[in-house]
Amino acid sequence: MRRLRHWGPGLLLLSPSLILLAVFVYGLIAWTTKLSVSDQHDALGSKGFVGLKNYQNLFTNDIQDRFTHSLKNLLIFTVVFLVGTMFFGLLWAFLLERGVRAEGFFRTVYLFPMAVSFVASGVVWRWLMNPVEGDGAGGINGLFAAMHLDFLQNKWWTNPNWGMAAMAMPAIWQLSGYVMALFLAGFRGIPAELKEAAAVDGASTYRLYRNVIFPQLTPVALSALIIIGHMSMKMFDLIMSVSGPQWLTEVPAVYVWQTLLTSDYAKAAAISIVLLVLVALVIVPYLIYTNRAEKNS
Amino acid sequence: MRFTRRAVVAAVGVAALLTATACGSSDNSSSGGSGSKKVEVFTWWADGGEKAGLDGLVAQFGKDCAGQEFVNGAVAGGAGANAKQVLASRLQTNDPPDTFQAHAGAELKDYIKAGQIEDLSADYATWGLKTAFPQGLIDNLTIDGKIYSVPANIHRANVVWTNKKVLATAGITEDPKDLATFIADLDKLKAKGIKTPLAVGKDWTMLMLLESVLITDLGPDKFIGLWNGSTDWKGADVTKGVTDFKTLLSYTNTDRDALDWTDAEKLVMDGKAAYQLMGDWEAADMDAKKFADYGWFTFPGNGQTYQWLADSFVLPKGAKNVDGTKCWLKTVGSADGQKAFNTKKGSIPARTDASPADYPKYQQAAMADWKTFKQVPSCAHGSACSQGFQGAANSALGAFSTKQDIAALQSAMAAAAAQFGK
Repeated sequence: MRRLRHWGPGLLLLSPSLILLAVFVYGLIAWTTKLSVSDQHDALGSKGFVGLKNYQNLFTNDIQDRFTHSLKNLLIFTVVFLVGTMFFGLLWAFLLERGVRAEGFFRTVYLFPMAVSFVASGVVWRWLMNPVEGDGAGGINGLFAAMHLDFLQNKWWTNPNWGMAAMAMPAIWQLSGYVMALFLAGFRGIPAELKEAAAVDGASTYRLYRNVIFPQLTPVALSALIIIGHMSMKMFDLIMSVSGPQWLTEVPAVYVWQTLLTSDYAKAAAISIVLLVLVALVIVPYLIYTNRAEKNS
Repeated sequence: MRFTRRAVVAAVGVAALLTATACGSSDNSSSGGSGSKKVEVFTWWADGGEKAGLDGLVAQFGKDCAGQEFVNGAVAGGAGANAKQVLASRLQTNDPPDTFQAHAGAELKDYIKAGQIEDLSADYATWGLKTAFPQGLIDNLTIDGKIYSVPANIHRANVVWTNKKVLATAGITEDPKDLATFIADLDKLKAKGIKTPLAVGKDWTMLMLLESVLITDLGPDKFIGLWNGSTDWKGADVTKGVTDFKTLLSYTNTDRDALDWTDAEKLVMDGKAAYQLMGDWEAADMDAKKFADYGWFTFPGNGQTYQWLADSFVLPKGAKNVDGTKCWLKTVGSADGQKAFNTKKGSIPARTDASPADYPKYQQAAMADWKTFKQVPSCAHGSACSQGFQGAANSALGAFSTKQDIAALQSAMAAAAAQFGK
């Protein structure tokens, strides 16, 4: 009874959000999972349980390996997106941390692209990444031509092998500022005493960063990786507005949409669950890690 | 005291607003013949010749169906892809528009199978459509003895559009009658500095080009068989067709994956390309864009083949205003309605009793062909393929655009035909 009085009110206050979560997140995940093991391939409804056949078909029996192709696209996109945002985010944070004039101005300039939606920036980047080369080149290719740097012109996202790397450019442009903000907070969170102690011990600037400051930034870097990583895996709107749905740039989220349009609910559900598992593979270890870190401290 | 009075005023204001919205929503949701007089017509006709055609139809609807109000539910986007996305979610939540546009033929089967649209056979008899439409079209529209849609028009897919000025500079005066001549002409244009004489856009526009080449290489009967499973996609004649298609692609713009059909059309109008294969809505679109210097011919080698597609309207299950919708459908099928629509959209009427004199030059030729030519359906526009089949075909063509792997395209299409064809 006393224990109930102890945690009862808290539970009562939490219960509305718990119920909403249970129904709209976990309930729907369960429903999607159930759908993904059924044979509801049209609007008529399910005829029965087929086990993991839909999943197996995705990996082994999809026309033209469409699903594995979309996973390959996603991998290239994610790697470039992660490396790009981490590099520029850290670089900008580092430069601002070293002390520049009008830091507030630059911080806003770098952070601002994040306020633009992927759809709006996607449309603009669609024009910028106009794949025409030589005569009639437009967008960035046109700029290259104007600067007599024609050898730099390329096909951007229409390149069959590395097009997804070009697709990551708008995403990097948009989210580097966010990663910068995270790192900047990390830099600011390091006590001045540590830097002073290192200076007293005669550490060089390189040593100071290498052995004192960067190790302190690891948790921030991990958070940034997780946040950018899960955004990348669910990427949909940017790709839809740059290229539209098509084979060349198809990622699992776009494939889900395309499949739903043909009323193949079971297949769409299976792709969604694969996507969920991929994101969970990244997020769950991170949650466990932070939980443990909190308990230990 | 003042504050309380203000609060009372505010409360009254809020109450009034709430009542107003309550009335508004009850207006929208009241069902059946009594309350609602609005007919929401869901299309993907949002601009160009398509919008003009819809406006013509709406004017006729206003005359024929006094008391009914047209509500435009158009969603823009290439070949209806966006509209279909919106429609699918509305049908799924049982919130159908009063009527929606759908391609006649195989694409309609998705809705019929799902029980989402009503049988209109009885109304066809009442409206006299069974005799007004050609028997071939009635046969195509009939599924298990029932007719589910009223076609507003007939379009033709296998037409090549040209820029006459560009052709003249290369000294090309005669329309090519077979593929070899066509390719020779493409070479002539290339020699004259037109680097990409044949304009094409993303996946579905390439699918249209492939279909035309296959009509030439297989003939109309075997071509129809590709979509119902009786012709093998892996056959040697298909290999020849795909090889010819690959040759044609080598004359096209390399940025094709980034272009919609209107972007490719612009290449022709700007003189950067001489030819584009596209449906005959291109005639109305070029007219609307004030480009007069265009010519057209049936895709080389297609002979007397009319690759048709039709936009049609249906009566969804659960439509809010059934009487209004039926009046709309009657207008769509009527001689006046078809004239109002087709003279503006650049298509031809499905009815055989139309007078060619009412139509512009291109349509007069098409109307004559419609009566005598052999009809074949189109996959890219749903008269031959269900939406699932179209999706798989578009994806396969998108892959072919970069990989250029003939065997891979054939096996992908064979797999799609096995999964979706019949």
